[in-house]
Amino acid sequence: MNIDSTTPMNELTPGGDIYEAGNAREFKTGDWRSTKPVFISEKCKQCGLCFPVCPDDAIPVGKDQKRTDFDYDYCKGCGVCAKVCPFGAIEMQ
Amino acid sequence: MSIRERLSGNEAAAIAMKQINPDVVAAFPITPSTEIPQYFSTFVNNGEVNTEFVAVESEHSAMAATIGAEAAGSRAMTATSANGLSLMWEMIYIASSLRLPIVMSLVNRAVSGPLNIHNDHSDAMGVRDAGWVMLFSENNQEAYDNLVMAHRIAEHKDVKLPLMVCQDGFITSHSIENIELIEDDKVKAFVGEYNPEQYLLNKENPIAVGPLDLQGYLFEHKTQQAEAMKNAKKVILEVAEEFEKMTGRKYSFFEEYKMEDADIAIVCMNSTAGTTKFVVDNLREKGVKAGLLKLRVFRPFPAEEIAKALENVKAVAVLDKSDSLNAAGGALFEDITSAMYVNKKQVPMVNYVYGIGGRDTKSDDIESVYNDLAEIVKTGEIDNPYRYLGLRK
Amino acid sequence: MAYNLKQVVAEKPSRFTAGHRMCAGCGAPVVGRMVLRALKPEDHAVISCATGCMEVSTFIYPYTAWTDSFLHTAFECSAANASGVEAAYKALKRKGKIPEDQETKFIAFGGDGGTYDIGLQSLSGAMERGHDMVYVCYDNGAYMNTGIQRSSATPKFADTTTSPAGKVVPGKMQSRKDLANIMANHHIPYVAQTAAVNNFKDLYEKSEKAIYTKGAAFLNVLAPCPRGWGYNTEDLMQINKLAVETCYWPLFEVIDGKYVVNYKPKNKLPIEEFLKPQKRFKHMFKPGNEWMIEEFQKEVDRRWEELLNLEEITNRE
Repeated sequence: MNIDSTTPMNELTPGGDIYEAGNAREFKTGDWRSTKPVFISEKCKQCGLCFPVCPDDAIPVGKDQKRTDFDYDYCKGCGVCAKVCPFGAIEMQ
Repeated sequence: MSIRERLSGNEAAAIAMKQINPDVVAAFPITPSTEIPQYFSTFVNNGEVNTEFVAVESEHSAMAATIGAEAAGSRAMTATSANGLSLMWEMIYIASSLRLPIVMSLVNRAVSGPLNIHNDHSDAMGVRDAGWVMLFSENNQEAYDNLVMAHRIAEHKDVKLPLMVCQDGFITSHSIENIELIEDDKVKAFVGEYNPEQYLLNKENPIAVGPLDLQGYLFEHKTQQAEAMKNAKKVILEVAEEFEKMTGRKYSFFEEYKMEDADIAIVCMNSTAGTTKFVVDNLREKGVKAGLLKLRVFRPFPAEEIAKALENVKAVAVLDKSDSLNAAGGALFEDITSAMYVNKKQVPMVNYVYGIGGRDTKSDDIESVYNDLAEIVKTGEIDNPYRYLGLRK
Repeated sequence: MAYNLKQVVAEKPSRFTAGHRMCAGCGAPVVGRMVLRALKPEDHAVISCATGCMEVSTFIYPYTAWTDSFLHTAFECSAANASGVEAAYKALKRKGKIPEDQETKFIAFGGDGGTYDIGLQSLSGAMERGHDMVYVCYDNGAYMNTGIQRSSATPKFADTTTSPAGKVVPGKMQSRKDLANIMANHHIPYVAQTAAVNNFKDLYEKSEKAIYTKGAAFLNVLAPCPRGWGYNTEDLMQINKLAVETCYWPLFEVIDGKYVVNYKPKNKLPIEEFLKPQKRFKHMFKPGNEWMIEEFQKEVDRRWEELLNLEEITNRE
């Protein structure tokens, strides 16, 4: 969405409606992070416990039901994933 | 051929709604507008309309549901009075800020407290800055006609604002008068289909409505509303012209009654205009050049046009059926004096707060106002511009 | 098909996207996203949301974190907004203005402030009218958005900014309202209380039932708040588990008036286990305040027994 706080009045959507559902993905929250989860793929058993507990949808999961590395664009570093991992495959740094 | 009927103002509003056949009506009963949802739910349950009627548990929810329905992409209507409108207040602002062309019948009644169920305009005046188009109606015919024109104004692409049609509680809402109804098919064709570009129920293009709108944007969004309100002036006149072609009944921002050569004039809204016309006619027979400016369109406020209409009058009385309790004057008076000043029209003006809580305003009362105006013209003196009419002192 | 969390997450799209601005470790997006995953991927939803954390963090102009249609107006009328949208859907379907094969579901969200308190009236109205919708309360037990003020969902003795644990008054002095039972007494087809435990199975399955039950449905979902409750942010899932294992937050559903208690812990944990990790209950652990824990435990036990009784009574032949 090409709208920011320099956009002229007449180019803003009326009423503040947004016509691009889900466009918050354009807003990155990764810079909120003070600690960082590190994915240790060798230890990961792909048990699936970590990805649904992420408040920020920052653990990508493929159709093969396997997770990949963190999406640091959004991860806020809460550590919930590391805490639920039974295999020590996520370390907070 | 139009249909001659005898209807109360509430019936007239309900019949207009039936002919409009909106998609959703959500309403909660409150005196004196209760009959509107009563009549309307009867139409629904008898299959005379195919509207979804939502019998909500409060007026706040009436407006919230109406907002939901309108944002969803449907045409939604409601009706209320007084405290009902007060309870909606939060949602009234939200409806206009979301640019939803909801249409409401407001049957004017005194806002509590103390509790009173009778007519004045304190309910409408409480939302005068809420961004709604506000039309006032002298009688049942005008309440009906205004509703028939309402969606065309509200839904216009340059407007997209909610609209309320006001009429006086009991005085017109419960009085049976002759009325000319327009045929159903003509109303249907005149009002037309509502096909918004963006709406919640569009699965192909889901939208989000009602954001947190912070410092970078709210100012511009509010000004967009302000621009839409300015645009409404043009649209109101265009719709009125088309309506006149259909019915022969002429509407504008206001009606000028015997104003061409008037020396003294009253400005008022709703049913008091009927009484005032009677008084004007009597005074004219006695050779007094009295006139009336009956305001129909209160929002947008036709400031320039009013100033022009009053420029040649020697004294004006503005009647406010609501006291602003501000130690300065009623809302209509303040708007009109400011319109005159800004447009450089110097005419002596006085304000009368009247009819509060349903206090009867008789022809004698109106005549006394014209007498006061004649005195002002003679002496040029106004010791106190903020006056009361019909108050026991 | 048996429930498989990995499959659900892998195959069903997230309808509550990244880029929202809820706090790190917040429970609400975790449960909100899972509720929406219960939608069939081909179905469309119109979501309404009360003013509160979830709304002001997910829909800040010009960004929305919702991939479905979304409506927010005010604090107390998420349910009334949804009922208006649902009424419009019925009307427009009838008039042929919405494609016949379009299936749209209506989900209203509200925090406990917008649901238990200021929005209770509009919720009650919408449920009583039987709109085909689900109301989801994400219950974090206080007005978190305005800075942790007590609500009627706040547990007894909790330290909040309007029920501070003071020298004379030790926190909130009233027990929490039992909203799920209040909703059950509206005699709507489906009411459930749930939390993100046990691989989200309970939450997912109840969301699915609630969304696809014809008529009005209500879900009360526990949504821990690390800031307001004062536990370590990473402990979200542990807190959920303790709430359930202590029977502070029983998992149950009421289907057409019949209660089902979905989980009965073999070893019900003492309430201290749930209270201890949370700063809002810290004062209860000071010497001399043992009575507070005892009283809290008694209330949890009483409500648990009452729930088991309701299950028994409503399932009698």
